[in-house]
Amino acid sequence: MNWMMLFLKSAFAGHSFTPPQGTEIAVQYDNLYAFLLWASFFGCAILIGGMIFFAIKYRRKTNTDKTPYISHNTALEFLWSFIPLLIFLGAFVWGWYVYHNMRAIPENATEIHIFGKQWTWEFAYKSGKTSANEFWVPVNQPVKLIMTSRDVIHSFYIPAMRIKQDVVPGMYTALWFNAEKTGDYQIFCAEYCGAAHSQMMAKMHVVPVEEYEKWLQENDEGLTLAQKGQKLYNAKGCIACHSLDGSVKVGPSWKGLFGRKDRPIESGTVDADESYIRESILQPNAKIAKGFPSGVMPTFQGQLSEDQVMALIEFIKTLK
Amino acid sequence: MGHAHASGDNYINFAPGIKSWLTSLDHKRIGLMYMIAVMTFFALGGTMAILIRLQLFSPGAHLFSGPDYNKVMTYHGAIMVFFVIIPGIPAFLGNFFLPLHIGAKDVAFPRLNLMSWYVFMIGATLGLTTLFYGGVDTGWTFYTPYSIRTGTAVVSMVLAAFIMGMSSVLTGLNFIVTVHKLRAPGMTMGRMPLFVWAIYSTAILQVLATPVLAITLLLIAAERLIGIGIFDPNLGGDPVLFQHFFWFYSHPAVYIMILPAMGIISEVIVAFSRKTIFGYTAIAYSSLGIAAVSFFVWGHHMFVTGQSEVAGLVFSFITMLVGVPTAIKMFNWLATMYRGSIQFQSPMLYAMGFLFLFAIGGVTGIMLASVGLDVHFHDTYFVVAHFHYVMVGGSLMALMAGIYYWFPKMFGKMYNETTARISFVFTFIGFNVTFFPQFVLGAMGMPRRYADYLPPFESLNKISTVGSWLIATGFLISLYTIIRGLQSGAKAPANPWGAKTLEWTVASPPIHSNFDIDPIVTAGPYEYR
Repeated sequence: MNWMMLFLKSAFAGHSFTPPQGTEIAVQYDNLYAFLLWASFFGCAILIGGMIFFAIKYRRKTNTDKTPYISHNTALEFLWSFIPLLIFLGAFVWGWYVYHNMRAIPENATEIHIFGKQWTWEFAYKSGKTSANEFWVPVNQPVKLIMTSRDVIHSFYIPAMRIKQDVVPGMYTALWFNAEKTGDYQIFCAEYCGAAHSQMMAKMHVVPVEEYEKWLQENDEGLTLAQKGQKLYNAKGCIACHSLDGSVKVGPSWKGLFGRKDRPIESGTVDADESYIRESILQPNAKIAKGFPSGVMPTFQGQLSEDQVMALIEFIKTLK
Repeated sequence: MGHAHASGDNYINFAPGIKSWLTSLDHKRIGLMYMIAVMTFFALGGTMAILIRLQLFSPGAHLFSGPDYNKVMTYHGAIMVFFVIIPGIPAFLGNFFLPLHIGAKDVAFPRLNLMSWYVFMIGATLGLTTLFYGGVDTGWTFYTPYSIRTGTAVVSMVLAAFIMGMSSVLTGLNFIVTVHKLRAPGMTMGRMPLFVWAIYSTAILQVLATPVLAITLLLIAAERLIGIGIFDPNLGGDPVLFQHFFWFYSHPAVYIMILPAMGIISEVIVAFSRKTIFGYTAIAYSSLGIAAVSFFVWGHHMFVTGQSEVAGLVFSFITMLVGVPTAIKMFNWLATMYRGSIQFQSPMLYAMGFLFLFAIGGVTGIMLASVGLDVHFHDTYFVVAHFHYVMVGGSLMALMAGIYYWFPKMFGKMYNETTARISFVFTFIGFNVTFFPQFVLGAMGMPRRYADYLPPFESLNKISTVGSWLIATGFLISLYTIIRGLQSGAKAPANPWGAKTLEWTVASPPIHSNFDIDPIVTAGPYEYR
């Protein structure tokens, strides 16, 4: 798992414990963060250090200690209001600068459309090509992501680029970045979206331009039906909830699913044939597998063609 | 009002039997009824917290499935916010000590006060019944359109929050009128203890902000029940509108949670430094200042929702301004300790723990207010760590300081100082072990509300989980200390700490009508001369 190693290696290596710096804005971001970390450190040193110092120096010596009656000191109070205000305004202006750079999308950016969907990221390119849960971008070229959601609010988060944007149904939001190093990067969904929120991840492959162009032209010709099904398993997000190795995730595993004559469901058993699997994809709540809650799986009615449903079934048949 | 010395010689033995408590109009008894309720809910919410940390001890979602984890996470948040921290200090300690602090016999509307408790309990009970029919999995924030579409018991939970909000409004109203109308002769606004100023500022927020939440929650219920389409884009609604409404209340609610805590800290630091407060006016007015400005910062919860760049800038700027009165308070408390005569009884230890943790919570708040910096941190564990430093490190540490500080007054007995100090050590160290690693997790990019996580996050999550066991130990020792103190504590004198505010001039525990002779106030609250 190359992408994970990248994440692991550099997660602790960069200063301030932030992820690897995949773009110029990440450098700007980490500089601001480092400044505020140091300012915070000094602020806390004054407050906490002062408290501990006073606590020791002025600890009660006798029960009849007399303390001075100090009600206020205008000059001091002005200083400790004004100096923090200056630092806060500095943090504001610097944060504004970084934020503006995050928001100023270059005109020549390559556009990629993103759909958030419980619990999958879908990507659509100008060439008509689509992908899911992983996507490809060219290195050293600005990329603009135009995003919306098919159901609830999600949030598209690329830690290495230090950017994040909510993906909201009923409106378009946008992100941009310029990836400076090839490699694989981790994407998270950062806005809580239900059962498999923590599985709603994606991989971003930053590749040289030629490789990107080549990838855009590839298509599905020459794959067997089951291989197409396997691609759909990843692309349509089945992978978030259904394992292939028998382990239980949000939903039941697909291993050994097909062909069982007595598959337990909430109301008895069912013959796990093609019709049952088709129904479970298109009307998930019709027959709930025993031990799993109803109402968790979203319907795929209207989102998969008959060809695609068939390809998925053929893929499931191979999982003995 | 009853008669002093009717049967017993204090408010506790004034009338016998459970019924006399459940129908009591005495603000002190109602305060204790809130205490019992809040402590019970805290135990429940705390259990949820321990379960969350156990789930996250290692990756792989080995304890709960995703949907179950989401429910545990939702109940932890909803219980701690709506059932524990919001009512915690105002309705419990505020109820008990606000009238005593201003030299009054009771709050302005004692019947309304009792009704507030019942309304609160009805709301809380309704909220908890959802545990038995499907649970709620929206997170405590009820974000639309998820909360419209999920198949769980959202309507009951939002109605519960609505009802508890009603209780909060009534309590706030009661306190505002009490402060304005029932101050003893000579108790000018400028002579009120700072705890009263804090509760007063909180009450204003409760009365003005809570109705907005109430309307919002009703709209969710209406949308789910009859599909009116305010928030659901499928019905032509705007899901982000909900966030504006929700945070218009819930940001001020953050100050509903922290202002009373600041009030307690002012009292405790003064009493255990045996020195007058530094900058009384600045602290009093900074409470009001925070309350006022807090209405205009809600957008800082929404920097990445798609609001305009200008909106982001305005909210970032105003949020920075809230930092100033908060910094003023911190420096004033520090200056109060300067040349004081400082004693390290457990209330003071908890207050110093508050200063320590709140300083860290405060500076990380400035980081999150800086709009560019927030983009990466938003919805990660950095935010989780930040608000726990403010809410737990702030509000709960102050609540513990207040409970130990006023324990002798409330119950007429002393608690065991040694076990109380041990409880502080466990709670304080445990808190840092639990939540400090979460700042690093957030900086590394771990999103919040995750039932499972990637392997690089494992070691810090393990440390965090171990810390949660230390916190639990600390609170269990506190519970032991309180119960032992109630059973067999030595009799408390009227003023064990040598404090100056009015509650320490009456017997411990106070008589039913608070004061034998109506007090006449001739000086400020902290006259250590």
